Amino acid sequence: MADVNRGNRPLSPHLTIYRLPITAITSILTRITGNALLVAALMTVWWFLAAASGPEYYDFANAVITSWFGDLVMALSVLGLWYHTLAGVRHLIWDQVIALDIKTAESLSWIVIIGSVALTVLTWIIMLIA
Amino acid sequence: MAYLTPRKRATGMGSAKSGVAHFWNMKVSSIGLLILVPLFVFTFGPALGSSYEEMVAYYQHPFPAIIAILTLGVGFMHFKNGFQVLIEDYVHGAAGQYSIIAMNCLCYAAAATGIFSIIRIAL
Repeated sequence: MADVNRGNRPLSPHLTIYRLPITAITSILTRITGNALLVAALMTVWWFLAAASGPEYYDFANAVITSWFGDLVMALSVLGLWYHTLAGVRHLIWDQVIALDIKTAESLSWIVIIGSVALTVLTWIIMLIA
Repeated sequence: MAYLTPRKRATGMGSAKSGVAHFWNMKVSSIGLLILVPLFVFTFGPALGSSYEEMVAYYQHPFPAIIAILTLGVGFMHFKNGFQVLIEDYVHGAAGQYSIIAMNCLCYAAAATGIFSIIRIAL
């Protein structure tokens, strides 16, 4: 179809003006959060590598990861991690060919969004107590 | 063979003869991570920011060390497969193939580095 002259017909689904349904937003966020978690994953590996290298290098890596920048990355990554986890559970549910109707899928979208924020807050509360 | 239609030749082969292997890998590793990730968050999180002596002493315990090793191993394999889908969707041709190879190298290297480091700390 790619070489067919489409003329001036508008192309669906008008991504620039189309209001994405909540299911589409939560879908693309699953991909974005999953791939963005690479940053935190590599920082984690670096932290372990630094600890294996000795106290001096560990102190440096540990200071970077607990700096404001490191805290920001880790805070956002915790949110991304819980989001991706809950969205993944949603996919595991869908794989069983259940909850696929629009109303349930939209409810699950909100559960994923609200649930990930709640789990992030809970994680930070537990971390501050521990 | 010449008498077979293209449809007949393709039937039963699956996509690239590997069928649902990629999908199944993602599904199995996601269930594994569902167990590992909460355990990792609540063992790794409190250790983050502790002094060198505290950190080493903590990861010499078997439980946090084994959880961290499994999470990095399963996590980076899940990441390798997930990133492959991203590349296949947005990067085409040779650039896509090079990107997938590069991501495979990065994920295996990161997993090996992390696991080696944890074992070295733990032993």
